[in-house]
Amino acid sequence: MILEPRFTDDLSDLPTFKFGPSSLTWWGVLGFMVIEGAGFGLAFAAYFFLMGHEQGWPPEGRLPPDLLAGTLFLVIILLSEIPNTVIKRAAKAGDVPTIRLLLPLMVAVGVVLLIIRGFEFNSLNCRWTDDAYASIIWALLLLHASHILTDWLDTVVLCALMYTPVAYEPRRWGDVDENSMYWRYVWMLWIPIYLMIYWVPRL
Amino acid sequence: MTDIRADAFDSMRERERVRVEEEERRLAAERRKIARDGPKLKGEKLAARLDLAWRRPPGIIGWLATVDHKEIGRRYILTALGFLALGGVLALLMRLQLSKPDNAMIGAERYNQLFTMHGSTMMFLFAVPVMEGVAVYIIPLMLGTRSTAFPRLNAFSYFMYLFGGLMLWGAFVLNVAPDVGWFAYTPLAGPEFTPGKRADVWAQMITFTEVSALAAAVVLVCTILKARAPGMTLSRMPLFAWAMLVQAVMIIFAMPAVALCSSMLISDRTIGTNFYNAAEHGDALLWQHLFWFFGHPEVYIIFIPATGFVSMITETFCRRPVFAHAVVVLALMSTGILAFGLWVHHMFATGLPRVGYSFYTAASISVSVPTGLQIFCWLATMWDGRPRFQVPMLYVVGFIVTFVIGGLTGVMVAAVPLDLQLHDTYFVVAHFHYVLIGGAVFPLLGVLTYWYPKITGRMMSETLGKIGFWMVFLGFQLAFFPMHWSGLLGMPRRVYTYPAGLGLEVPNMLSTVGAFVVAAAVGLFVINGIWSLYRGVIATPNPWGAASLEWATSSPPPVYNFAHIPVVESETPLWDVDGELPVVTGLRVDEKEMLLTTVVAATPDTREPVPQATLWPFISACAIGIVFIASIFSPWAIAVGVIPSFIALTAWFWPKELKRTAEPVIT
Repeated sequence: MILEPRFTDDLSDLPTFKFGPSSLTWWGVLGFMVIEGAGFGLAFAAYFFLMGHEQGWPPEGRLPPDLLAGTLFLVIILLSEIPNTVIKRAAKAGDVPTIRLLLPLMVAVGVVLLIIRGFEFNSLNCRWTDDAYASIIWALLLLHASHILTDWLDTVVLCALMYTPVAYEPRRWGDVDENSMYWRYVWMLWIPIYLMIYWVPRL
Repeated sequence: MTDIRADAFDSMRERERVRVEEEERRLAAERRKIARDGPKLKGEKLAARLDLAWRRPPGIIGWLATVDHKEIGRRYILTALGFLALGGVLALLMRLQLSKPDNAMIGAERYNQLFTMHGSTMMFLFAVPVMEGVAVYIIPLMLGTRSTAFPRLNAFSYFMYLFGGLMLWGAFVLNVAPDVGWFAYTPLAGPEFTPGKRADVWAQMITFTEVSALAAAVVLVCTILKARAPGMTLSRMPLFAWAMLVQAVMIIFAMPAVALCSSMLISDRTIGTNFYNAAEHGDALLWQHLFWFFGHPEVYIIFIPATGFVSMITETFCRRPVFAHAVVVLALMSTGILAFGLWVHHMFATGLPRVGYSFYTAASISVSVPTGLQIFCWLATMWDGRPRFQVPMLYVVGFIVTFVIGGLTGVMVAAVPLDLQLHDTYFVVAHFHYVLIGGAVFPLLGVLTYWYPKITGRMMSETLGKIGFWMVFLGFQLAFFPMHWSGLLGMPRRVYTYPAGLGLEVPNMLSTVGAFVVAAAVGLFVINGIWSLYRGVIATPNPWGAASLEWATSSPPPVYNFAHIPVVESETPLWDVDGELPVVTGLRVDEKEMLLTTVVAATPDTREPVPQATLWPFISACAIGIVFIASIFSPWAIAVGVIPSFIALTAWFWPKELKRTAEPVIT
């Protein structure tokens, strides 16, 4: 038979949301960050594996990618951490007006970055079909572009949601907080990729 | 001018603040009226209200929309067993072809498709998903909670898996089945040597199953870390939950490797990249490194859940906790870590630096240490306990015998000189079937018998089960032991026939007979399963007298799992309660809600709303599935397909009612 219950604590007063590791979605986001990190790590390994076979990097007769677009991308994405931090703090404080003010800015930053990314593909000085070097730097840039695109789409949806009455639900502040955490991950990953695409071929 | 604007902004903020405060007061008043379980609301009255809150909509829509982990877990298990049967039929066809020399029943090309389909089906569509399926069903019950984390992601994961399997088998029926082996080595699988779509089908099947496995892994990790019953500290967590935690983390680190390498393969094949094309400075060995960085851990991803099954069965049927709980946990973790350090032992025959040979030999041998520790812990449990040799326990004994033989041949082929002789022979085929069937399928059959009463409410027939066990066990040895022999005689794997007069006739005939015995036994298992569903003895909540929480609820469990959330005070909770189960109360009864606890100490942390049933995970899986399949034919499918996939995923997350409620609900 099913055991009779012996009542201990009553948890009615337990909160329905807390930030950070108390939040289930925080763990979910972390899980997907690790998955993507493992994917990027292995792509980096593939890059160095292919590089190890070559006499020169880029292979002889090929120019390394032009610096302008990628560097501009780097500067903007680093600067975007300023509004990102303000948003993250506002989320923790439940400051909805500030979130509503700054999330559209992050959406705009995403648009600018995606446009610059288009120019970056144009400045690689190779096509993906040329050789293994070209394939792997296109792959790295494309992987990061899809990272930017998915985070941008996510930010657009979140931004729209924060303009509805549910913006005052603490769980939504958690979404904003975790979106900011993810954006940090996106720009941090860009630093090694930037170095691998633009500077390792110049060493 | 600026001042006026700032003032206007400030007063706007002020008005907004007042409005929000008013709203908060109103919601707080509503919150006090919410009905919750407790001493005043228990028994049948509670059950009726919980049932109403948790039940999914009826009909086909409800079937597709369900987010109940038990329904999804059952589907996962049944689908995986269906693929086991299909993969098994292919194995029988191959055994028939090999039963005599120079057989012309199946030609070389078809044979290539058969072994590729067999391996891919068994690894990607049976072994990993069945482990996930059992866990998705059992883990929330074992942890004393009402749902998995992210139940919609869980539903999505099942549909992705199903669609991936249907695509592969649809391709087989349409005669576009892959024929490049389950590990699809380049350059054979590249565009130069395998034109057409066969290899692309394989690569996209990988994409489906990897998305599915990764989603399920995140679901399980979050469930195990955050949804355990109060008091179930990490050190009190049942060993199956530990095994699934280690396995899910391994999936998270291993699957991206196969995702990356199969994407690179399909881009070499469809848009002309050169990752594996030696003519343009690519490298075919890059494939092997990336594939085995996934492929080796994959073996442990299949095996580690099975060790969890073995621990649970051993504990119950020996009537004592598993000997040295902490050692078993540490062994699981070190197996999980070491598994990532030995992928190169699959590549000994490709030529490596000397130091590489030594390192990977040492690493491969060292992984037998934690596994050996676990086996000694189970033996000690049996020695010190009072074992009852019912069907699940018989499978544990069969597992130990068979797996140890497979482990020993594993240590043998870890040695490079021997491996170079035996590489790609039937000796290796024997080895990995010993570790995979002995190490994973035996415990699986045992655990399906063990958890069958929990899932269906009836017991499986013990007599049929015992006959089936001895047929599986002996049939397996008959089928696979002679393969050591044919391998030592030099018979290569993946060749559709062999000439007469080399001494290969007898071992091959024995293997074929054994394969049919195993198939008959699996058939008997299925018959037993179906017969017992209608005629089996009705199961009590805890028919085996087990210790873990899944046995604290009725068999089968109600849709909400537990009327009150149980509290855990020891490693073996049901053995240590005195007629009454300690519980906590205060969860909502008219909306779906679960309890989250802290990661290590499992103290109550927050109350978490559980998403309602919805069609969007299914629709998302359809949209993304169409993109995956279409991308075999045109890379533009990905660019176009982003749009419907984005719409479906947004609808999945978007709240259906955009107004605040007293406490959060996920609509």
